[in-house]
Amino acid sequence: MLFSEILRMAFLSLGVNKLRSFLTMSGITIGVFSVIGVMTTVSAMRGSIETGLSFLGVNMFQIGKYPTGMHMSGDARRRIEMRRNITLAQAERYRKLMEDVTEVVCLKVFYRDGAVQATYANRKTEPGLSFGGTNEFFLLANQFSIDAGRNFTAEDVDLARPVAIIGQEVLKKLFPSESPLGKMIKIGGRAYTVVGTFAEKGTSFGQTQDDFVMVPITRFLSDYGAARYTVNIATQAPSQALYNETVDRAITAMRIVRSLKADEENDFELYSNDSLIAAFAKVADAVRAGALVISGIALLAASIGIMNIMLVSVTERTKEIGVRKSIGARRVSILTQFLIEAVVLSLTGGVVGILLGVVAGNGLALWMNASVVFPWDWAAIGLFICTAIGVGAGLYPAMKAAALDPIESLRYE
Amino acid sequence: MIPPVAPADARRRTVRPPGALVIKIEGVTKLYKMGSETIHALRGVNLEIYRNEYLAIMGPSGSGKSTLMNMLGCLDTPTAGRYDFNGKNVAHMVDDELAEIRNREIGFVFQTFNLLPRSDALHNVELPLIYAGIPAHARHEKALAALRNVGLGDRVHHRPNELSGGQRQRVAIARALVNHPSILLADEPTGNLDSKTGEEIMGLFEQLYDQGHTIIVVTHEEDIARHARRIVRLRDGLIESDTTVA
Ligand SMILES: Nc1ncnc2c1ncn2[C@@H]1O[C@H](COP(=O)(O)OP(=O)(O)OP(=O)(O)O)[C@@H](O)[C@H]1O
Ligand SMILES: [Mg+2]
Repeated sequence: MLFSEILRMAFLSLGVNKLRSFLTMSGITIGVFSVIGVMTTVSAMRGSIETGLSFLGVNMFQIGKYPTGMHMSGDARRRIEMRRNITLAQAERYRKLMEDVTEVVCLKVFYRDGAVQATYANRKTEPGLSFGGTNEFFLLANQFSIDAGRNFTAEDVDLARPVAIIGQEVLKKLFPSESPLGKMIKIGGRAYTVVGTFAEKGTSFGQTQDDFVMVPITRFLSDYGAARYTVNIATQAPSQALYNETVDRAITAMRIVRSLKADEENDFELYSNDSLIAAFAKVADAVRAGALVISGIALLAASIGIMNIMLVSVTERTKEIGVRKSIGARRVSILTQFLIEAVVLSLTGGVVGILLGVVAGNGLALWMNASVVFPWDWAAIGLFICTAIGVGAGLYPAMKAAALDPIESLRYE
Repeated sequence: MIPPVAPADARRRTVRPPGALVIKIEGVTKLYKMGSETIHALRGVNLEIYRNEYLAIMGPSGSGKSTLMNMLGCLDTPTAGRYDFNGKNVAHMVDDELAEIRNREIGFVFQTFNLLPRSDALHNVELPLIYAGIPAHARHEKALAALRNVGLGDRVHHRPNELSGGQRQRVAIARALVNHPSILLADEPTGNLDSKTGEEIMGLFEQLYDQGHTIIVVTHEEDIARHARRIVRLRDGLIESDTTVA
């Protein structure tokens, strides 16, 4: 018997009970939708998150008091909070120690006492302004460039000059129609002269990266209290080849700066773009695992639904089975007919689920400024699983149908 | 003893000389167990049927006509005894082997038509060809020819509920004949039809006989049996009489 014929018959029979078929299918659709939706979102976002997280420049790594591993609890967390701040003096000493390896060491701190605003004349920025102190290597370390004016100089930092470089968002708010250079802006009641503007960087995760102001780190710490800040240090290895060596040197230098004894653990964290991406991957994996569990449960329920409907269908169509057998249908023909019906049900549900999942996942991703992807691998896995569910749920009812006695089923009313 | 029935229309009757032996059953019994009770539906039936015969099986209700017919049609197997179909012993064949014989060698017509309600006449007639693995184009042609042969060339796309009882039975007959079976079996084919339509169907059987088909009809109406050339009477699971009419 021809496969196309069986397929045609399957669609014909499923079309008879459209609502029932639809409801049965929707279980599968929901299960597949949830997993495909999450997988699509995660893969769509991975690209943008990786670029987003690669805010450090090439061959750079960062040293700070806190790890990036976000959530920590109990002892581990307490131990980290007990750490001493990295002071500017320590950071400068580190810079000296690294001088023979690399010049490029960016120091930075960010304001952490709630919301700050920058004001100029009667104009002001939103209160959510990012505000920090840094040195002349900020551009290199964070892949920014200067749009107008100049970068900080070593002298600005040494002399703690009250100068500032502003982002494009700040520029738009405070200086909509005039040059900012040489103008005095106020932040937290203190005045800074604008010497430059950062070139636009755009958004990452739907957030602008241009709404910030930087001043020399020395100025910042003396204005807002050096003791309360811990300095982040970004170091650039001279080349990819020298990266590992530079990291080793950096750790040694930091241990010296922090006066650690040989048996003491590092009381600082070192991380790179890669380690940030790995941290994201960990979160993504957890989300994926969650999605798999949820959709697994949904699919299990859906396959029970399919089996139930197929059993009902076999009973309802006992007479039809008898007719088919009386004119020469073999067991295997009846078996395949019902099996294919179950597979068509679950595969159709699956395909709809994949399409909806891809649309929803990409919608979410687009909303977060990621690019559109089609998760071929998950779609293929989804189709495979739906087929398996169809076969698994349809097998017993189909075997029951195939084993029916022709006379008895013909007599069935 | 019931007297042999007279031919319905002696002038029109053709009688073809019997051909090869198609069916031979020997000592066939069929028992049904209902709880502690055993029902002897057939108690040892012997029968030989040849190609070109037109045979009626008669008998009172419960005498075992349908049981015998289902067995002849390979829908059922005997409890004991031997059944040779075209020289092959089918008494102990398994399901799929029987399905094969039903598909290729036997055309079965039921009292209740037994068409698939959601398929049109054409698809119903195509069904045995589908199970025979005949490709779509050839299948189509054959099914159309079979429908034309029973006078339904203009109703091929009607569903059973869009056809009259007589037309439904014609579709069923077309389906039974589409695979060119050795034998056409009909269990009370007119039982669900009014007497005029019943006569029309019996007229069709007459035609089919003339075309060379071998036919066995179960009935308890003498008027219907009158069409046959040979009448076998059953009573309580045994053959009571076997008369050649023509
Ligand atoms: N599946 C079955 N289970 C139990 N008993 C059965 C079964 N099929 C038939 N019988 C019994 O076997 C006997 C013969 O039945 P069968 O259907 O062959 O009679 P019939 O001659 O066709 O009668 P009718 O003219 O009413 O159709 C009856 O007594 C019937 O009750
Ligand atoms: Mg009967």
